[in-house]
Amino acid sequence: MSAHHSTMVAEGADRWLVREELHAQPGTMLGFWLYLMSDCLIFACLFAMYGVVGGNYAAGPSPKDLFELPLVAVNTAMLLFSSITYGFAMIEMQRRRVNATIGWLAVTGLFGLAFLGIELYEFHHLIHEGAGPQRSAFLSAFFTLVGTHGLHVSFGIVWLVTLIVQLKRWGLTDGTRRRLACLSMFWHFLDLIWIGVFTYVYLMGVLR
Amino acid sequence: MSAADVNKASASADFVHGHNEPHGHDDAHDDGIPHASFKDYLIGFLLSVLLTAVPFWLVMGDVLPSKLVTTAVIVAFAVAQMLVHIVYFLHLDTRSQGGWNMLAAIFTVVLVVITIAGSLWVMFHMNENMMPMSPHEMRIAP
Repeated sequence: MSAHHSTMVAEGADRWLVREELHAQPGTMLGFWLYLMSDCLIFACLFAMYGVVGGNYAAGPSPKDLFELPLVAVNTAMLLFSSITYGFAMIEMQRRRVNATIGWLAVTGLFGLAFLGIELYEFHHLIHEGAGPQRSAFLSAFFTLVGTHGLHVSFGIVWLVTLIVQLKRWGLTDGTRRRLACLSMFWHFLDLIWIGVFTYVYLMGVLR
Repeated sequence: MSAADVNKASASADFVHGHNEPHGHDDAHDDGIPHASFKDYLIGFLLSVLLTAVPFWLVMGDVLPSKLVTTAVIVAFAVAQMLVHIVYFLHLDTRSQGGWNMLAAIFTVVLVVITIAGSLWVMFHMNENMMPMSPHEMRIAP
């Protein structure tokens, strides 16, 4: 009776079976995209905060006194170069060339480190001049916004080094390829946020 | 097992095997990883360089007569560069992940615009409507 029943169910269920090949995509890429969007909201709040209090200098220095645009331009170039070299790493990944992928990842990491180095130099310089985060609302907002971006880049570099180690150990498996694609989105997303930072904070700050 | 089933089984075995082949072009979209092309990255990079260099030049060289015009132009360049990054680097299109990526992105942009524009708008009006400080109050203000 129960056997008969189960065959009945199986025959009935047969109608609902998908005959063509399944093309289900794993949810990782979509989930990571949703994470990036929520990260985007964090930056939106920080931008809004900077927009609101960015003019409150508390009789302290203004962006015009502090920011050195040539340095910011070099920094922007570092991040842009790191974006294209990560793109090259992704292309090598598609060609299944492990060593070339690792090489471009290393170059990307070096550009990222250069970006961080310049940013830390700028922060150190500002704090040394007495324009630290505690000086005025403008500087608090500035250090929070730019520092959060810098922190993201730092974690991106940690992730990048981890991936280089994983690639050396396991090669281009489905797992490492997926992680590379996620980091690619993360890295390009950070470059996108930086467009907002250099336009809104630095360029418009000097114009103000 | 019918002959059709055997065929299907071997086809799916091939499909799985295809992931490990040195040059798989057909499987680029199956794992949700967008296909990256050298041309796309190069176009995106060149456009980004242009869209970055011009705003820096406008501000550092003091090219345009009014600050308002310069601000409007560099904001327009920033928006354009963000779109370039989204299309050429992040590979966002209406087809990826069945449109869910795009839907989430549009929702996020709406929230971002509300957050930033709304905050600036409200706080600007708060500043306008505040009672003006007397010089004496200003002197003793923290």
